[in-house]
Amino acid sequence: MSVIEVSGLRKSYGGRAVVDDVSFAVEEGEIFGILGPNGAGKTTTVECVEGLRVPDAGRVRVAGLDPFADHEATSRVLGAQLQESGLQPKLTVREALELYSAFYPNPADWRPLAERLGLTGRLGTGFGKLSGGQKQRLFIALALIGGPRVVVLDELTTGLDPRARRDTWELIEDVRDQGVTVLLVTHFMEEAQRLCDRIAVIDKGRVAALDTPAGLIRRSAGSTVISFTPSAPLDDRDLAALPALASVASKDGRVTLSGTDETVNAVITLLARHRVTAHQLRVTDATLDDAFLDLTEVTA
Amino acid sequence: MNTAVLRAELRLFRREPGALFWILAFPTLLLVILGSVPALRHHRAELGGLRTIDVYVPIAVLLGMIVGGVQSMPQNLTGYRERGILRRMSTTPVRPSALLSAQMLVYGAAALLSALCALLVGRLAFAVRLPRQPYGYLLALLLAVLAALALGAVISALSRTTKIAGAIGSAVFFPTMFCAGVWLPVQSMPHTLARIVGCTPFGAAAQALNRAAAGSWPGWTHLGVMAAWTVLLTAGAARWFRWE
Repeated sequence: MSVIEVSGLRKSYGGRAVVDDVSFAVEEGEIFGILGPNGAGKTTTVECVEGLRVPDAGRVRVAGLDPFADHEATSRVLGAQLQESGLQPKLTVREALELYSAFYPNPADWRPLAERLGLTGRLGTGFGKLSGGQKQRLFIALALIGGPRVVVLDELTTGLDPRARRDTWELIEDVRDQGVTVLLVTHFMEEAQRLCDRIAVIDKGRVAALDTPAGLIRRSAGSTVISFTPSAPLDDRDLAALPALASVASKDGRVTLSGTDETVNAVITLLARHRVTAHQLRVTDATLDDAFLDLTEVTA
Repeated sequence: MNTAVLRAELRLFRREPGALFWILAFPTLLLVILGSVPALRHHRAELGGLRTIDVYVPIAVLLGMIVGGVQSMPQNLTGYRERGILRRMSTTPVRPSALLSAQMLVYGAAALLSALCALLVGRLAFAVRLPRQPYGYLLALLLAVLAALALGAVISALSRTTKIAGAIGSAVFFPTMFCAGVWLPVQSMPHTLARIVGCTPFGAAAQALNRAAAGSWPGWTHLGVMAAWTVLLTAGAARWFRWE
């Protein structure tokens, strides 16, 4: 069942279309990524899902509710961590957790939440004195405190150091394992590839692609990279004739090809036919990075 | 109104030493300083037989709400918008307007507490009579607090940043203090000036409080002036206030 449905969403500011016919559906229990370059319309899209903005056109439903018209009911099932928001500087972490708990009919116990997020040692610290990472973690706690069915996390690991980022990823997986659906906005490929079940790539206000991370990589022309040092030189024409080949290069006797699984099989056949041994044969998947650049270039 | 938000805002207010001093302590302190000058404790014919200290009690009563309403609250509210605090709250079942009403309630209560403090210290330390028309006095006081809060809300609505709110607040602060009679009590103002000042919310408040202190019902004109300003300013604040 889709817990978030967005169809034909449009939003313009001052005559400029920021979101231009975006549609996607997020299934219960998945981590759904929204990936795109800066200014692609990611945040505006999720702000419509959060009920912070009224769409110019299109339909948005969260657990069957209209997030703008049924704001109160939606905010009980949807927890949000926003890109730009704050708390009163002198409000302590404990007070913030208690205050936000009081907003919900069945709040989660904030103590284990604070412990899981490593905030226990900071309960008496005012918001204004927290580090960037601690503020982020507090906002994650506040997004989860109402016991939501869906959490929207917007650029949540921006500004975190690599270790804190990895810890946060584990936390998101934990959250999903508890049955909460996660809508994750990011521009980090590694984060999207590691966490997301499916990804919508948004570019210039449109959905450029929607697939699993592996599917997105497979879609890009050179999704598999093969490299080896042949025991005898190979004919360039034979290489160029390989099926589904995206690129070929030879340097210092080492051949690097990119293509698909079909290309890999053909290379192996070719080598066997010529009785050539491939030394240090490496077959690697292209990364989401490559796929992303491919996808956002096509629409550019 | 959300009581959890109100409790949090009350707690936060208690952590602002600046606001606590200027709203709660300063007006009474000013009264104590003036009252310590022997010359200001003499009865004077031009004040209708009152002493200067008698005249300054209603002024001290107004001072706390002017500082709170015009200086502290608008900067706080604008900061709440500027820092994304209202935005954060708008993703919860509680609307960000709960923060605004909590702020107003806290500042309104602080202004009344400050007024009470000035009245009591005036009575106990300098034998200034308590208002002889207490109901009229209370009504004038409540209307003045409402006008101060509405004025603060308009300043916050018109200010995009905390700095602008501070600048507008200061620009409004001195004229309102003048109208309330901080430099020249309304009783000592020339007739025409007193009439003009009586059309401003705090000039009207000062004159209404004086009459109630002396034992008569504060004139409906002055009460009406305060009520009209409150309605006008509230409408302006509601129209111009931006949540982000």
